[in-house]
Amino acid sequence: MREKILLFIEKNSRIDLKELSISLGADETTLMNELEQMEAENIICGYHTIIDWDKVGIEKVTAMIEVRVTPQRSMGFDNFAERIANYPEVNSVYLISGGFDFMVTLEGKTLREVSAFVSEKLSILEPVISTKTNFILKKYKEHGTIIAAPKVDERIQMIP
Amino acid sequence: MRDPLSKTIVTIQPSGIRKFFDIVSEMKDAISLGVGEPDFDTPWHIRDEAIYSLEKGRTFYTSNSGLKELREEIGSYMKRRYDVSYEPEGEIMITVGGSEAIDIAMRAMLDPGDEVLIPQPSYVSYEPCCLLANGKPVIIELQAEHEFRLTPQQLEAAITPRTKLLVLPFPNNPTGAVMERKDLEAVAEIVEKYDLYVLSDEIYAELTYLDEYVSIASLPGMRERTVLINGFSKSYAMTGWRLGYACGPKLIIKQMLKIHQYAIMCAPTTSQYAAIDALRNGDEDVRRMREEYNTRRKYLMRRFKEMGLPCFEPFGAFYMFPCIKEFGMTSEEFAQKLLDAQKVAVVPGTAFGACGEGFLRISYAYSLDDLRLALDRIEAFIRELRA
Repeated sequence: MREKILLFIEKNSRIDLKELSISLGADETTLMNELEQMEAENIICGYHTIIDWDKVGIEKVTAMIEVRVTPQRSMGFDNFAERIANYPEVNSVYLISGGFDFMVTLEGKTLREVSAFVSEKLSILEPVISTKTNFILKKYKEHGTIIAAPKVDERIQMIP
Repeated sequence: MRDPLSKTIVTIQPSGIRKFFDIVSEMKDAISLGVGEPDFDTPWHIRDEAIYSLEKGRTFYTSNSGLKELREEIGSYMKRRYDVSYEPEGEIMITVGGSEAIDIAMRAMLDPGDEVLIPQPSYVSYEPCCLLANGKPVIIELQAEHEFRLTPQQLEAAITPRTKLLVLPFPNNPTGAVMERKDLEAVAEIVEKYDLYVLSDEIYAELTYLDEYVSIASLPGMRERTVLINGFSKSYAMTGWRLGYACGPKLIIKQMLKIHQYAIMCAPTTSQYAAIDALRNGDEDVRRMREEYNTRRKYLMRRFKEMGLPCFEPFGAFYMFPCIKEFGMTSEEFAQKLLDAQKVAVVPGTAFGACGEGFLRISYAYSLDDLRLALDRIEAFIRELRA
């Protein structure tokens, strides 16, 4: 049941409880309890909104920063990752295989704000060996949703 | 000047849906539930395969019956999905949509005056195709109390010494009705008894919401009497690719192929390459779309129940066929008023045969959000009528 609920709300967290109950064939109270339980267990970690800020005319700068670090004795990478994750401007922190260690995504109002974070907060941390900042020029798809071009129903409106 | 037109074509009526189409297309912010095609895009891997075939310059005619590779894939699909075997050579042909297959099957099988049994409500092209093939359409009016299934009694009552062909339009557009094994077995018995042939239009076969799907061709003795029509439009959301196929006994397919050869040459090459990929890698897509349709179907059933609009539970296609007889209007009046008052477009049941009177076809090839909005408006409309 949990998997079914999660598959349903993964793409649309706004789905109506009634509709969910119809399609999964479970009553609304059960579903409500299950959802609350999964929130409590941190299986559902939040409900977010995908926004195309460009369309509102609000400028935002997103950067993906590759970070190389020296793992710390007895804590490996976790300690560093948790410290970085605490900054509110940081969107995500991933430990990565390959040529560097962490991928940190960051959102700021201006280029200057982002670069200030990198040079004044991130780079000076002791385990950091190097950083490489990639600024995002345009977003086409986010969380499985294509945002550049909204879908238009091009079907003929009456078909037998 | 002489009349340039054939008498046969002039007597055939244009589709009744046309009038509504013109109104809806003019109307701003109308919601249409009148569309008879999937709302999904063709899965990307299928489109990608078509693009790849173009990049490789595969832009020539294929053989008349279609790419051998595609016919082989269809053969193995028919076996694994419906448990009926067809030879890729001579028993399977690729057509321009299921529609072409309907047309050429009738032309290959009918002599002037041969009677064709056409259950209605059903898709709009069986009757005209029959007339164009000089056949005589005999309508069987399906009943709501039988969930719009064809009963053996109705079938037997319509048979005359001139009856040759039975059209089986299931899973059905516009009612969503299906024929289960027991229903088909009863029909098969009569078909055999009166030595009839069957044109089984199974274009919605993948969109059924029961555990078992049975094709009449898989029943004992029926394979030799059946032309089975299927295609890619509904199951893989590929309507615009115009690709269908017919499977049947060599004797019939051979003649159908002759008409196809002279009238069409071959089905679109790019679409055929795309279809190979659909059959090889598309099962998961079909399953995903079916599940989504099923969710909407259940949602609509619940909504109709709540607003007290009688509707039998349909187990196929993506249509509901609610009854509006309580309002004392014809289907067309109701549809017109609903459009004027609430800007929701539905198709009057009469567009699919006179016995569709008192019913509406509501398509659920729309997102849940659209359906919710449309159903809210329909609910408001009938509350007003009842007040």
